[in-house]
Amino acid sequence: MAPDATPDEPETGAGAPVAPRIVPVTTTLGPLRPTATSGQPADAFVEYCLRLADDRLVLGHRLSEWCGHAPILEEDIALANIALDLIGQAEAFFSVAAEAEGRGRTPDDFAYFRDDVAFRNAMLCELPNGDFGVTIARQFLWTALQVPFTKALSAASHAQLAGAAAKAHKEHVYHLRHAADWVLKLGDGTPESHARVQAALDGLWPYTDELFYADGVDAAVAALVGAPVVTALREDWARTVEAVLRQATLSVPVADWTPAGGRLGRHTEHLGHMLAEMQSLARAHPGAQW
Amino acid sequence: MDALAAPADSQWPLWEVFTQEAQGAPHEHAGSVHAVDAEQALQNARDVFGRRGKVISLWVVPTEAIVASAPSDAGPFFDPGAEKAYRHPYFYKVPKGIRVY
Amino acid sequence: MYGANVETAADRKAPAPVEDPALLAEFQARIDRGESIEPKDWMPARYRRQLVRMMSQHAHSEIVGMLPEGNWITRAPNLRRKMALIAKVQDEAGHGHYIYCGTETLGVSRDELVDDLLAGRAKYSQIFNYPTLTWADIGVIGWFVDGAAIVNQTVLAKASYGPYARAMIRICKEENFHKRQGFEICAVLSQGTDAQREMLQDAVNRWWWPSLMMFGPSDTDSPNSRDLLAWRIKRFTNDELRQRFVNLTVPQAQAIGVRLPDPDLRYDADTQNWVFGEIDWAEFWAVVNGNGPCNRERLAARNKAHADGAWVRQAATAYAAKRAGAPRDGGSTAAA
Repeated sequence: MAPDATPDEPETGAGAPVAPRIVPVTTTLGPLRPTATSGQPADAFVEYCLRLADDRLVLGHRLSEWCGHAPILEEDIALANIALDLIGQAEAFFSVAAEAEGRGRTPDDFAYFRDDVAFRNAMLCELPNGDFGVTIARQFLWTALQVPFTKALSAASHAQLAGAAAKAHKEHVYHLRHAADWVLKLGDGTPESHARVQAALDGLWPYTDELFYADGVDAAVAALVGAPVVTALREDWARTVEAVLRQATLSVPVADWTPAGGRLGRHTEHLGHMLAEMQSLARAHPGAQW
Repeated sequence: MDALAAPADSQWPLWEVFTQEAQGAPHEHAGSVHAVDAEQALQNARDVFGRRGKVISLWVVPTEAIVASAPSDAGPFFDPGAEKAYRHPYFYKVPKGIRVY
Repeated sequence: MYGANVETAADRKAPAPVEDPALLAEFQARIDRGESIEPKDWMPARYRRQLVRMMSQHAHSEIVGMLPEGNWITRAPNLRRKMALIAKVQDEAGHGHYIYCGTETLGVSRDELVDDLLAGRAKYSQIFNYPTLTWADIGVIGWFVDGAAIVNQTVLAKASYGPYARAMIRICKEENFHKRQGFEICAVLSQGTDAQREMLQDAVNRWWWPSLMMFGPSDTDSPNSRDLLAWRIKRFTNDELRQRFVNLTVPQAQAIGVRLPDPDLRYDADTQNWVFGEIDWAEFWAVVNGNGPCNRERLAARNKAHADGAWVRQAATAYAAKRAGAPRDGGSTAAA
């Protein structure tokens, strides 16, 4: 090859007339900068609120996909009711986050103008609806924790956060009643419904571990305003869930893997597609009023 | 067990719903819902009739449990009651100025 | 609403039973006195049949109507619009629900009604066979379609059949928010970016004529109208209701700077009506008869939901059957 031609392997400099500059291994590129998924939030309280809000926005959105497609008219109405409650709760928790953050962001900014790596929901919430059995199982598993969690959170010393939690608690009690009743009916209905809801539970169970993920964010907010740390609620949750499953003639699944990462922005591939659809119109007209 | 393994696919039995809108008010007929049992009927009634917050109590009753007077009974059942003035306060005259409740 | 009481040739061919003239006369007298006919009252077979058809078409319309609007729930552009749209679609389910229950009082089960719809035997308002292509369509549907519904509904709230009138009173109370939500969306778009204003005008161009068709063809073609008017199921003709809708809507369009796609539209000072152009009834009949843009998709979606849900409905039935005879206990569940 001619001496002034481009080297075949520019990165190694093979064939180049001048030897490449070697950077000693001990030199670093500086301290790690926080990114959306580095687990280093700017503000623990804001982060805590986003975890609550994102769970509800994502799950509420998933439930709203059932509108017009539910097994019977009464369930179209029931699932829409739950979706509305959850999205309303999301808005309330986003408001708490926005107020604390003090950067002038609104709930819509959080919902429509963050990328999926910035979302803090548990992966369980973003999974596709599947059949009615999957949707009910997911609703039951998640809500069984929200009832005691929001009850404890409603005792927090931060008035706005506690208020949002108290309102959410009442709604969750009703949602749990609905989901548990369906777990019973599907588990102890027909052989087909039993098989479907058992399969749903088996598939979702591994994702429940993440519901009890807690880190420095939870510790900081517990110290700050007396918010509950979710790990303390695990035993009661397991007892509640197992009692219903037993009554429904279902087996309690055993998880052979425990996916996690949603609380740090490391989601399944499902969330990206869901948000692409959800945010598409808002993002197509940035700055527009609706 | 066969009947339970593959039961008929239906829109579920009909229930009548009665709602109470304020403390002390009577429960009034609001409409109906479809449900397989009382728990589901209560929840469905709450979702269908209680969305706008004006309900504080609900009754649900299987439609078949309601016994109604027949229209053809109307004459013998109800006309005589409408014609017995002595059951009404206005039938009785009281001197002016005297209060008898 | 959706009281465009569509009759097919088959409907017109159905034999009219011979009714006792004395019973008929007393029935008409009750109607003329303004009385409500209740489920157990004597009624002419034709009255019962007309009501079943009218009420079931209305209920089916509400259910199918969830689909074009539901199409934008997952893409609603902010949380407030998202919640309002879910609530509206939920209301539509609720309204269909009220009216199905009212229809059941006439001796037909919801199972039969659902089967008729899914098999393509039942009609529903033709308007829901059009696609929602942009967010502006959601605003325009609330403005035009719910607007047209309200014109019809306030009249139906005084219908002679008690269960229908009572369902309609409930619906009227809830319906107001639907039209306001729609018009508000349009008003905001009309004040928005160029793209938004164009989106709005485009939606208006596509939905105006189909909305006028919702009221149905002129009654002069309909022998049923005379009976429906006499029996106080209908109080105004299709043309009267359509004209009322146009008169209400034109000033609203002017207020937000939207042009209606009718070059013949003009105000007649003598009649105080907005006179409008010729409606393409061929399009109406094509859509009513199954060949509109979305008829096949709408029925396919309803059939899929029904088929996918069969195991769920059966599970509930089986669960209850296992417990039949056990004392009913309405207040407790495992997780209370």
